[in-house]
Amino acid sequence: MTGRFVRACLVSDVPLGEGRTALVDGVRVAIFHTAAGWYATDAACPHRGGPLADGLVADDSVTCPLHQRRFDLNSGDALGHDCAAVTLHRVEQRGDELYVCVRTRVAVDLAA
Amino acid sequence: MYRSPALEGGVAIVGGGIAGQSLAEELRARDPEVAITIISGEPVAPYDRVRLSELLAGEDGCEALRLRPHEWYADERVELITGRWVSELDPESGAVTFADGERRTFGALALATGSDPLLPPLPGLELEGAMAYRGPEHVDDLRRLASADGARVAVIGGGLLGLEAARGALARGASVTVVHLVDRLMERQLDGPAGGMLLDAFEALGVDVRLEHATEAVLGEPGGRVRGLRFAGGDELACDVVVVSIGIRPNVALARATGLEVERGIVVDDGLRTSAPGVVAVGECAQHAGTVYGLVAPIFEQCRVAADTLLGRDGDPYTGSLQWAKLKVAGIDLVSIGSAEGEQSASVAGPGSYRKLVVADGRVAGAVLLGDIRGTEDLLHAIRSGEEVADPLERLAAAAALTAADLPDSAQVCDCNGVCKGAIAAAVTDGGCATPREVMAVTRAGTGCGSCKPMVREIVLDVAGDAADEPAYLCPCRKQTREEIAARVREDGLDSVSAVSEACGTGRQCGACKPALAYLVSEICDNRHREEVHARFINDRVHANIQNDGTFSVVPRMYGGVTTPDELRRIADAADKYGARMVKVTGGQRIDLLGIEKADLPDIWRDLDMPSGFAYAKAVRTVKSCVGTDFCRFGVGDSIALATEMERTWEHLHTPAKVKSGVSGCPRNCAEATVKDIGVVAVEGGWQVRLGGAAGATVREGDVLCTVDDKREAMRVMTTFLQYYRENADYLERTYDFVPRVGLEEIRSVVEDPERGAALLERFRLAKAAVFDPWGAEAREPAHPTQYLELVAAPA
Repeated sequence: MTGRFVRACLVSDVPLGEGRTALVDGVRVAIFHTAAGWYATDAACPHRGGPLADGLVADDSVTCPLHQRRFDLNSGDALGHDCAAVTLHRVEQRGDELYVCVRTRVAVDLAA
Repeated sequence: MYRSPALEGGVAIVGGGIAGQSLAEELRARDPEVAITIISGEPVAPYDRVRLSELLAGEDGCEALRLRPHEWYADERVELITGRWVSELDPESGAVTFADGERRTFGALALATGSDPLLPPLPGLELEGAMAYRGPEHVDDLRRLASADGARVAVIGGGLLGLEAARGALARGASVTVVHLVDRLMERQLDGPAGGMLLDAFEALGVDVRLEHATEAVLGEPGGRVRGLRFAGGDELACDVVVVSIGIRPNVALARATGLEVERGIVVDDGLRTSAPGVVAVGECAQHAGTVYGLVAPIFEQCRVAADTLLGRDGDPYTGSLQWAKLKVAGIDLVSIGSAEGEQSASVAGPGSYRKLVVADGRVAGAVLLGDIRGTEDLLHAIRSGEEVADPLERLAAAAALTAADLPDSAQVCDCNGVCKGAIAAAVTDGGCATPREVMAVTRAGTGCGSCKPMVREIVLDVAGDAADEPAYLCPCRKQTREEIAARVREDGLDSVSAVSEACGTGRQCGACKPALAYLVSEICDNRHREEVHARFINDRVHANIQNDGTFSVVPRMYGGVTTPDELRRIADAADKYGARMVKVTGGQRIDLLGIEKADLPDIWRDLDMPSGFAYAKAVRTVKSCVGTDFCRFGVGDSIALATEMERTWEHLHTPAKVKSGVSGCPRNCAEATVKDIGVVAVEGGWQVRLGGAAGATVREGDVLCTVDDKREAMRVMTTFLQYYRENADYLERTYDFVPRVGLEEIRSVVEDPERGAALLERFRLAKAAVFDPWGAEAREPAHPTQYLELVAAPA
C-alpha cells in the first residue's frame, strides 16, 4: 500500500492555519499546515465532496466548509458525526519543499 | 359490538373555526373510519382566528392563516363544506338543513358555532366608517379605511382584540386612539402595574390611549360618515373610523332555534353533551359549569372530551379549564394564568418586565408575566396542581431560573394538544426522534398555536444530550464565553485571533469558533485588528459564497437595488467571460453570478468594477426598496434615497450575523420591510422603524421601535441600533433573537439616551472608517500568493 513520495509544493505555498488543494501523482489532495505540523487528506470531503482545503483548520482537525463535518487529521476519523473517515496521505518536509505519498483508494479498501 | 351513532351515520360539525377543525382532528385521531363533515358558513377553509390581526399589516387574505392545507381534508377524508350556512337542525333524526333548503342526515351533530362581536347599543353605529372587529371581512375594511390619507381611527375597547386592531391601524399609517371604559388596559388579564406597562408601550408607539372613557355616541350626519365620538361628560373626539371591540357573544341562535338549553352559551355537561341526545357543543359557543371559554387552550381540551363522547368511548370527563393565555401584545410577551389578583401576591418589576404570582389559601392561584415569560410551564403546572407555596417571591424567582431539565415529566408543555414533558422526552429516548421537528411531528407538541415550540426544542436538545442549558459559549471546547474573552482582549490589548489563541487556548481544539473570535477581535479593535485569513470562514477568505460544488457565487453591490444599463452590460460580459452557470436575481434585489471558479474571483471583480455586495458574509447585506415617491403613485416617502443612504452608510461592516434591511415608501410595504432585521416604512409625516423582523426559517414581524419625523432621525436611530447589535449580540445571533432577548425597552432607552447613543455612534464612525471594499483595486491582491489557486507540482 505504500507508494512513493512525490514533490507536491513549496512549504511557503501553504500558510500556517490554512490548507491548499494540490494535484499529486494525478490525485487531488488537501495539504494542511497546522500548529501541530503538516497533514494531507483527500481533497474531497467524504460527506458530499466539499473542498476540505477551504475548511477551518484547528490544531489537528479540519472542518469542511460545506456542511461543517469535522475530521481528525491524525486518524482521518469523523468527529461528532457518522460519516466515513477521510483518507489520509503521508507528508514529509524536505528542505523548503513538501513531499506527499498518496495512498490509493484500492489499498484502503483492502486494508478495510 | 356497539357502534356509536356517530360511527354509523357520521358526524356533522357545524362551524369551521378553530373548535370545529380541532374536533375533526380529534375524531380522526381516534377513529380512521368515522365520516366527518365540517360545515362552515364562512367562505374559507378553517383558519387561525387568533392570528387574524397579523393580516392587518400586510396584504394577505385569511388563506395565509389556514389551519391545514387543502390536501389535508382529502388525505384525512374530512368533508369540508364552506360558504353555506345551516338554518335548521333536527337532533332526533340527525338532519341538517342548509339555508338553500338542502337536507342531509348524520349520526351525530356537533355545534362549534363560535361567537359574534358584542356590540353596545350606541347611537351612530350604523354610520359609514363604524365597524366591528372580529372576522376577515373586518380586516379588509380596517385595512382599507386605515390606509386612507390622514385617517384617524378610534378603537372602542382596550382588550386584546381592540389593542391588536389599534396596532394594525397604526401599521397602515393611521393615527389611532384607544378608548377604554375602565382604568387599565386588558383588565381581565392584567393587574394595575402590568396594565400600566402596556399603556406605556402603546403610548410609545404613538397611540393615544383614553382610559375611563365611556362612549355615549358615534357622531355623524344620519346616513353619512362617522366624524367623531362623544363621551359621557360631553367631551368629543374627532375621527373618521370607529372600531368596536368590547367583547364577544356566544353564537347560540341555531341552538336556541333547535330548542337546546341555552343560557349565556349552549349548556353542556362534563361530556360536552347539550340538552339534546346526540348533539355536543364545543368552543366559544358552549357554556360549561356556568363558564364560557374564549381562549384556545380550553377549546382544545373540550374537543378531546367531545370526540370521546361522540365515539362512545370512555375518557376523562371535562371538569373545566384553567383560564390562561400566552400572547404577544405590541411586541411584548404576555402570559396570564388564572386570577390576576388575589388575597396575597408578590411581584417583581424590572426594566421592560413585570412578574406576579397570586396566592390563595396558601396555594399558587394565578400569575401575570409581562415582558419576561420564563417559567411559564412551571407556573402552569404549579397552578394546575394547586401547589402550596410559603414564599411567593421565592417561588417566582425559582420559576424564572428553571430550565427544561427541571420540569417534572408530568408538566404539560403543549396545552393545545395536551402533551406532557414526559411524552416529549420519550419520543427522543424511546421513539428514536433526534430533532425537535421530528418530535413535534410525532407527539404533535408545538403544532397548535406554536407558543410552546421554544420549550419543546429545549427539552429535545436537553434529552438528546446537547448542551442546551449551558451558557452560550463562544468556545465550547474551552468553555469560554464571549464576555470572558472580550474582557481578556481589552485588558491585554490582543489584536488577532492567534494572539487570543495563544493567550487563552481559544479556537485551537476544534477551530469552529475562529470566525466568532475574528469578529470579536475586529469589533473590539474598531477594525484596526490584525486580519488573519485562517480564522475566517472560506466565504470571508475569498469574498464570495461557496456553492455545493466548490465553485463560488458573486453578487455585486447595487445600492438600494438600483442599477444602470452600464453595470448590467459589465455583469453580462463578466457572466459570459467567466462562464457563470446561472445568472439569478436574488431575494434581496441583487444579481447573482453562480458557478465562478475560485481562481477567477479577483479577475471577475476587476471586470465588474462594482463594490462587493457582501452576500457571502455575516455583514450588512442588502437594503431592499420599492420605488417610493420617485415613481409610485402611492408613494409617501423617498424609499430609494433612504435605502441608498443606509447601504452606503453601513456597507463593508461586519456584524454578528447577517443584517438584511428594507425600506418601503408606503404602508403597502412592497419592500417587505416589516420582516427585515432593520426595516423602515414611510407613513404619512414620517418613517416607522422596525427591528428584529425575519422571513426565513423563522418568520417574525419586526417590532416597531419608533416613528420618526425625517430621514436623518431614522438614520440616527437605526445606526445606533446597528452598533449596539454589533457590540452586544452573540456571534450568529440574528436580530430576531437578539431584539427579544435584550428587549425593545432596553433598545429604546439606549437609542433615546443622548450619551449612550452618541458613544455608540462615535464607535460606529471609528469602525466604519477602517473598513474597505474587498473587491476594490487595493484589496484585490491575494492575501497570500496561492490563496486563490490549486497547486500543481512542477516536474522535479
